[in-house]
This record gives sequence, C-alpha cells and structure tokens, in this order.
Amino acid sequence: MTVTESEQLAYVAAKAADARVNVELETDDGMTLNIGPQHPATHGTLRIVAKLDGEQVLWVEPIMGYMHRGYEKLVEVRTYPQITTLVNRIDWLAQTCNETPFILATEQLMGVEAPLRAQYLRTIFHEMGRIAHLTMFLGDMGVQIGALTPMFYAMRDREFVLNQTESVSGGRFHPNFNRIGGLKDDIPKGWLDETIRIMRKMEAFCDQMEELLLGNEIFEQRTRGIGIIPAEIAQQYGLTGANLRASGVDWDLRRDVDSPMAWKHADFNVVTHTDGDCYARTWIRLQETREACKIVTQLCEDLPAGPIMAKVPRIIKVPAGEAYVATENPLGEMGYYVVSQGDLGPFRVKIRTASFHNISIVPWVLRGVYVPDIISILGSLYFILGDIDR
Amino acid sequence: MGLVESGKLPKPLTQLLNTSRKYSLWMYQWGLACCAIEMAAAMAGPRFDIMRLGVIPLPASPRQSDLLCVSGTVTDKMVPAVRRLWEQMPDPKYVISMGSCANCGGPYWDSYSVTKGVDQVIPVDVYVPGCPPRPEALLEGVVLLQERIQNEDMADKWRGDPIVVS
Repeated sequence: MTVTESEQLAYVAAKAADARVNVELETDDGMTLNIGPQHPATHGTLRIVAKLDGEQVLWVEPIMGYMHRGYEKLVEVRTYPQITTLVNRIDWLAQTCNETPFILATEQLMGVEAPLRAQYLRTIFHEMGRIAHLTMFLGDMGVQIGALTPMFYAMRDREFVLNQTESVSGGRFHPNFNRIGGLKDDIPKGWLDETIRIMRKMEAFCDQMEELLLGNEIFEQRTRGIGIIPAEIAQQYGLTGANLRASGVDWDLRRDVDSPMAWKHADFNVVTHTDGDCYARTWIRLQETREACKIVTQLCEDLPAGPIMAKVPRIIKVPAGEAYVATENPLGEMGYYVVSQGDLGPFRVKIRTASFHNISIVPWVLRGVYVPDIISILGSLYFILGDIDR
Repeated sequence: MGLVESGKLPKPLTQLLNTSRKYSLWMYQWGLACCAIEMAAAMAGPRFDIMRLGVIPLPASPRQSDLLCVSGTVTDKMVPAVRRLWEQMPDPKYVISMGSCANCGGPYWDSYSVTKGVDQVIPVDVYVPGCPPRPEALLEGVVLLQERIQNEDMADKWRGDPIVVS
C-alpha cells in the first residue's frame, strides 16, 4: 500500500496532538483532572482537562470537536431553502434564532425585504426562542450549583412557549418556519391573545425565579465574586451577548444595528451589570427574559395586517455576491457570511457563532480558581456545544 | 441463580424476574445534542415525567445503570467514548437510540464527521425516530422496551443466544 505525503503528514499531526495531550496528562507536578466529554456541567460534550494544585486550578484546556457536524461543508451541497432546516440545529435551545441571520443575509443578497407583518412575526418568534433558551439556562444554572428545584419550574414554564411555537409551526423547537421573503403561514386564530397571556405567565416565572434562585444565600455565595471578567478582557476575547453585558459593556445588536426586523418598533432596555462575575451573568439573563417578554407583548399588541410573503421566485437563485448579517441571539452575536456565485446553493458560508468565542476565555478565567468554581463559571458562561463546534 | 446458568428457569420465576426488572430501569442519559433537551423534558418536565414508568434517571455512574439512552448526534470523535461507556455497564443492559442522528445520521447523512448510526458500535434495542422526537415518543420507546424485557427468556439472554421476542 502506498501512502501519499499528505496522508502521512495528517497521520503525524494526529499522533502529535494525541501525544501532547497525553504528555500533559502524565506529568508529575500537580494532578490532572479530566472533566467530560460526558458531564452535566458541560452542556453536552465539552471536555476540559485541568491541572490542579490541591484545590486550585493551575492550567486548563478545553478540548472541543466532539459535536463537530460539519455545517459549513454541508451547506455547500444544499439549496438555500434546505439550509434553513439544517442551521436550525446549531443552537438547539433557541428555536428560530439560528434561521434569522441566514434568512436575512440571503434576502439581502437577493434584494428582497419581508413585509412588515412578517418582520413583526419573525421578531416575535426570535424573542420567544430567546425566552425558551433563557428559561432553560435559569433552570440549568440551579442544577449546576446543586439546586434541582428550579429545573422543574423552568421545564414546566418552558412548555408553554414551546406549545405556542408548535401551534403555529408544527415543530416544538425546530420550527423551520422562516422562508426566504417571509414566513410559511400566517398565525392561527386566537394565537396573539394566547401569547400575551403566556408572556404574563413567563413574567411571573421570572419573579419566581428571582426569589427562588437569585435570592438564595447559597447561590449568592457560590456565584458572587467568582469568575470575574473585566470589560477590556471580555472585549479582547471577543465575548458577546449577556457575557459581555455582564462586564458592563453596553452592546446589543438588536438596538445598534438597523436590520429588517421589528426591534426598532419595540421599546426595551439593554440591561448591563458592572460586576462581571457569575452572579451578574445569571442576573443579566434573568432580566433579558423579562425584556423579551416585554418585546413579544408589545409586538403582539400592534401587529400590523398585511401579507406575510414578499414576491420571490419559486426556484430560489441568489445572485452572485457576499453578505454578512449578524443578529443578537441568546448566546451572543451570531452571524452568517454567505458567498454566492449565482447558484441554487451558496458557494461558501462562514458561521460566526457566539459560544465559540465565549468559550475561548475559559483558559483565562479558570486559572487560579477552585475546583467547585469551575462548574459555576462554566454554567454561567453558558455555551451550547452545537454552537461551539458547529 | 444456578438454574439460570444451567439454562433452565421455571416460567413463573422468569415472569417474576422480568416484571421486577422492567419496572426498575436505571437510565443513563447520554445527552449529546438537540434530543438531549427533549430527553430532559421527558425526565425533568412535570408534564411528561418518565419516572411513572419506573425509569429512574440520573444514576451516578454507568456502572449502576441498566438502560443507556443515546440521544443526539454521535460523531466519529465521540464514538470511542460511547463504546467505552456501554462496556462499563453491567449485563443485562439495554440501549435506546433516540432521534434520527443516533439512528442513521439524520440530516447529517452526508457529513464527514458524523457516525451514521450508533448501532455501528453498540447493539440497539429500540429506535425512537424523529428530529427531535417528542418526549411522548421517548416514553413510547421505553414502553416498547419494557414489553421486550417482559417477554425475554433470561436464560437465553445470559447464555448469549439470539433473543426471540414473541
């Protein structure tokens, strides 16, 4: 059997990577702790190798790729309508939020803009995805710290939001409801009133969670002053979303970027916190759930009438060009850089996901902390493995 | 259990053992991707509540579990870990493959890094289809598995013969 030079090089590179990790695992100074790839605190399949001196972390390395599914290569062989189905599954907690930037980028290339009613509905679904995501976070954060009860409350109330998504699109959390140029269907009768009622329920859930979780003394001790990220470090590492706002940087793409979505018609606050610790990150996300409820209620109340689909050809061919569109997703900035050469599918798509950049700060922030704090910090940074590895 | 090892087991005893086994499944959840959220909804969600079927989620270790639920995309990098975990479980053990990705690759059927079905590395008892399956579908899968356990001849299983399900 003949081995080509490139095969040989790939083999050597793989061996070298393995050897490096193994050597670091076997060195004498300190103890090496392997967390993952299957551990509840890693939200899936993140593996973390930490070198400890007693209870203190000396050095830590996240090992990723256990959930790499090859999105960027797969979308090159799919057509544009097929891609929305696929990218739904990148950040699996946040429903339609993954579709939105891709659809907007494609529409920008085609020179189409969705009708106003479709923009409103898209924003409503986007924010409902945010609520579903953040309720899960609040429940999950409790589990990380050792409180199981918030999880049951979160799961109970999350179902209401999923039910609303299901009643309009048929899918519990991969709705695949956006189309290029608008939406698949209009909403069913009575949906708006029901949504407003559920948003009131979710606000009550936020109040409950604030007392149950954030007011808890043990929770405060586990999170206050732990894993502090200063604003300049956060910006250097490219943190986005709630993690950046928890460090005191007032930055939100919903407000700062003028995209064809309905955020500009809603009145909401961008919440920031100055502490930058685990407590601040949890608190920010709780407040964001409230703000999202406010946005959905407002948009449902003044939803304009009209068509939900712009005029687009039946077979979608996107003219040659490049576009980058990013939106504020629950985890942070998510953007798609779409390069089209005038075919049925894109030539190349670069997916900028928030978690990948959020996780890059892990070696910095975990240096010198104690072992139990690893879990608090990872839990509060909040990443989704599909979002990291793609 | 000398009777079982010699390959003979009285029928009432088999019935008794199987009934007690099927209502005390300890499920080790290998939550990988989207399906893990639906599995969590089935386990922790008050609406679905898998515990009423006698399934106890969250054992401390695979060595305490009877049932492995692989939910989500299994990638080639993950496969050795899945196999190793399955090998750590004590016999008799069962596997539920939840979701299209674990069944056959699902939407990543042409991906270079995804294993096209977890049954390539471990034997699967029940496949739950869907992308992701609803929590009710997982409950249905558990019920089907319990039916299967009820009809099992334990002596056959422990001798290693192919299992015949009536």
